[in-house]
Amino acid sequence: MTEPALAFHRRIDAALADARLRRALALTTGRLAGGRAAAFDALADAEACRHEARRARASAIASLDSHLDRFAREATARGCTVHWAETAADARQIISGIARERGIRLAVKSKSMATEEVELNEALEHAGVRVVETDLGEFVVQLGGDRPSHIITPIIHRSRQDVAALFQEKLGAAPADVADIPAMTALARRVLRAEFLQAGMGISGVNLAVAETGSICIVTNEGNGRLTTTLPRVHVALLGLERIVPTAADLAAVLTVLARSATGQASPVYTNVMTGPRRPGAAPGGQQAGDPDGPDELHIVILDNGRSRLLGTPLAEILYCVRCGACLNVCPVYRLIGGHAYGGVYPGPVGSVVMPGLHGAEDWSELAHASSLCGACRDVCPVKIDLPHLLLAVRRDAAARRLAPVWIRAAMPIYAAVATRPWLYRLAGRAAARLARALQHEGWIRRLPGPLAAWTASRDFPAPASRPFVAEHHARKAAAR
Amino acid sequence: MMPRPARVQLFATCLVDQFFPSAGHAAVEVLERCGVEVLVPADQTCCGQPAFNGGFAEEAAAMARVTIDALSRSDDPVVVPSGSCADMIVNHYPELLEGDAAYGPKAKELAARTYEFCQFLVDVLGVDLPAAPPGPALAYHASCHGLRGLGLRDQPRRLLRAVTGGRCADLPDAETCCGFGGLFAVKMGPLSGAMLDAKLEAIDRSGADVVVATDVSCLMHIGGGLHRRASRVRTRHIAEVLAGQGHD
Repeated sequence: MTEPALAFHRRIDAALADARLRRALALTTGRLAGGRAAAFDALADAEACRHEARRARASAIASLDSHLDRFAREATARGCTVHWAETAADARQIISGIARERGIRLAVKSKSMATEEVELNEALEHAGVRVVETDLGEFVVQLGGDRPSHIITPIIHRSRQDVAALFQEKLGAAPADVADIPAMTALARRVLRAEFLQAGMGISGVNLAVAETGSICIVTNEGNGRLTTTLPRVHVALLGLERIVPTAADLAAVLTVLARSATGQASPVYTNVMTGPRRPGAAPGGQQAGDPDGPDELHIVILDNGRSRLLGTPLAEILYCVRCGACLNVCPVYRLIGGHAYGGVYPGPVGSVVMPGLHGAEDWSELAHASSLCGACRDVCPVKIDLPHLLLAVRRDAAARRLAPVWIRAAMPIYAAVATRPWLYRLAGRAAARLARALQHEGWIRRLPGPLAAWTASRDFPAPASRPFVAEHHARKAAAR
Repeated sequence: MMPRPARVQLFATCLVDQFFPSAGHAAVEVLERCGVEVLVPADQTCCGQPAFNGGFAEEAAAMARVTIDALSRSDDPVVVPSGSCADMIVNHYPELLEGDAAYGPKAKELAARTYEFCQFLVDVLGVDLPAAPPGPALAYHASCHGLRGLGLRDQPRRLLRAVTGGRCADLPDAETCCGFGGLFAVKMGPLSGAMLDAKLEAIDRSGADVVVATDVSCLMHIGGGLHRRASRVRTRHIAEVLAGQGHD
């Protein structure tokens, strides 16, 4: 196995041994998955809604170039500044540059996986900008020097008690401030409110961008997104280049399923659709159209970072993803090991396709093997991405690059040679049964040799039958005649 | 619905053939009891799913061609006592052999006449099986590929309800994967083992004496876990239950 694969297996073992993590994961994924199921059950025609959302995303990806061009044109016409970042480094440089040129020392951020992906915070801190995460979960992640472990609920791996201890240690919180969740939330709110009022820059991600109007949409539950994008003078939005829909109607189609899939809500608490920066000219009692609030500058940084390479490949369908996290919550593997074990920014079934897709099979394809291909993810995807199919595509690519373990590469041609020759298959079956006779006790084998020992580490293996079915069936039929 | 077929071919699957022949014999018995003649093509081997799921498409395609040949000597419907292997033939063969001028069309033709065992009994034959005398408490585990690949949801439950007189309930979390996943169980042994632990806990909670499923692959996994833990609970393929072999 390659070193990245071995490291992945070590992280899995560590996660499985972490009883507190396992409890926290079971509780929250169960709640989120249950909420999602109830929300879709309540829809008159859930399948039609998913179908519509998929259609909207598929039509965007089918001619991504022209939708992106249109989006950039419309956004620019409405006063936005559009930047193109081919790589993560480009994105870091562009955003650091915007801050530096304007002498910005403090930036507030709403939750954004794309900024995690490009490791923006470190770059900004390096450029002398203090960055404050304002999503409650991300705030806790930042305080703890941690990383998010779920796309939607970044501290799914933390208990309430963990957070209380962290607030006492890092914020000097009094016991009354951490007595319960409302008290802790109130404390975070007091700390963050001061930062919002002083920040020169607000940084957000983009849930979806609308090509026909040049609008960006972000959805949040805490209101921090609205403060981040309206209070500071400069708003920078980092947009993954696939997160586009052609029309406002398409946006509505995706929003119908997005929050339902993510948290089980019919709609998020805050849905912000922003079209350009604040239009100047609004005066008290004045006739001229303008906006009373909003940022003076709105910069939209469109991030590629490997996404466009997936167009036209077997993995292209993953570009439909709207990052709702539903596939994580139902995945029996994610539910056991959580997000950190996957080692990348995007975990779970979607991450196991996105990470090798964006960052290469050599380092990341092993993720796609951490799935029994049970298909639970496909059943809940709001845009009906065939995730098992994509996991198989990653596995195929990995096999072609000879990244499979040596024993599998050695065994595969032998297995194929046997299974494509019925006479040899029958012979091999008899030989295996004879061999197993020495290993078995009352029909079960307690310890298998070599790599197969991984099976008998946690369960017994049945001994092969002494009289295989097909041969026995024909013998019985012949005897009856 | 197709006219009621008088004859079918049984694709037993390599696991039934080599490890669980009683499930194959039971499937034949149930089908014959329903008045259907059963052919068992002698040159059947493995459908190729382990290679397919491992990413070895060429090897999988070679096995698919052999299976297609074995099942295309007659155009009788094919019945498979496994949702997973039926799913492989129905949903993956056509895709796997798409670019193959000779076998691509054959794959589609075979896919169209291939059924999982319960699907065939309920959807094609529309059978009504007589109720069996009260037996042990049964719990049903829904195997993933049949459930999600073939939409096998009501058929096994209907059959079990009928023959057991309601003595068969769903396991708690019946539709959660047991962690088998073919090579996954070996390649990702600890993960697969942890998924199995959760399944075994659910079986414990259910109070069932026997776990029933449509796939011997899951039952081999669950049964191996039960045996390691010296559990009194047994596993049975659904064909065995329908043939009246719910007991030891």
